Amino acid sequence: MGPLIPGGYIPLEWDSIIAIFIGIAFGFVLEASGFSSSRKLAGVFYGYDFAVLKVFFTAAAVSVIGIYYMDYLGYLDISKLYVHPTYLWGAIIGGIIMGAGFVTGGFCPGTSLCAVAIGKLDAWIYVFGIMVGVFIFSELFNLFEPIYDGYNFGNITLIDSFGWNPYWVIFIFTIIAVLAFGIADLVRKKIKSVFY
Amino acid sequence: MNTKYKTSPHQYWNPYFGGFLLGIIIIFTFYLTGRGLGASGAIKSSVVTVVENVAPKHAESNSYYSQFITDDKSPMNTWLVYEALGILIGAFISGSISGRIKWRVQHSPKITAKRRLIFALIGGILFGLGAQIARGCTSGAALSGMAVLSTGGFLTMLSIFGSAYAFAYFFRKNWI
Repeated sequence: MGPLIPGGYIPLEWDSIIAIFIGIAFGFVLEASGFSSSRKLAGVFYGYDFAVLKVFFTAAAVSVIGIYYMDYLGYLDISKLYVHPTYLWGAIIGGIIMGAGFVTGGFCPGTSLCAVAIGKLDAWIYVFGIMVGVFIFSELFNLFEPIYDGYNFGNITLIDSFGWNPYWVIFIFTIIAVLAFGIADLVRKKIKSVFY
Repeated sequence: MNTKYKTSPHQYWNPYFGGFLLGIIIIFTFYLTGRGLGASGAIKSSVVTVVENVAPKHAESNSYYSQFITDDKSPMNTWLVYEALGILIGAFISGSISGRIKWRVQHSPKITAKRRLIFALIGGILFGLGAQIARGCTSGAALSGMAVLSTGGFLTMLSIFGSAYAFAYFFRKNWI
């Protein structure tokens, strides 16, 4: 029967209120996991703290397993969910620029909002920086438009792209995640501790 | 010893526990709304609103801003803005419970606060620019995308982490 709001089971007026409550849960979990600390986040790139890797991939594995399981049981129709569209070069080039921003600034937008909420001034500056970045993009939109609107493959999934069986994809993804957690712990033991 | 452990402001949740709860939140979000979480979209809405108020003609003629401007609805009245408001509230509650609320600049002892703020600004600008090009950030494109096995979501995730590892060496002084 799900998703509930697009399916008309919950009136649209509840949309914004639900958004706030989902945001509260999201912000609480991120902050409680230590994602309001840029030095903790940056640790994943230097091997002294793998919290980002563990939280991110656990969340991805749990959500993809849960969503497909709910679809299997008939509670949720996967074909009605929004799939982030694939603009090939936009995803790659945008991702590379974001990676550079991650390692210089130490946050991503969601985590910076958490750090803003607990008074980290570096996060306030970071969020201001994001606004400047959006402003630059918008003002130079004509320059970026070919990669922004080009190479569009539509709202495709790995299943559409490669013809894989989704259950095998999820199974292998989970195995990779668990292996990555094990390797992360081995690396962590070899790297000098950083206190922050 | 035990009490000190409990009150330490740097005592965080087990990452697997945090990740598990985050996964449940994503499932719940998709179940209710049919879409995933996001963060950069709310900041984009703020920029559109500021530009629209400062220079309305310019905002309308710009082919990017104008996509988010409608006559009947403010760009601030969107799902992602309410969700971002929730993120601020939720993080504030968590920080309050653990005693982490404080005005401060967090930086490595090897660098000055000024250097940290300059790099935070540069990082923010890059992330803001990149998130527009990729149509979403780590939350909206990578995490929510991966939850529905979006090809673009996986590509964005690999690009973000790949490039951060590739550039990490040059910015090591800021962190270690």
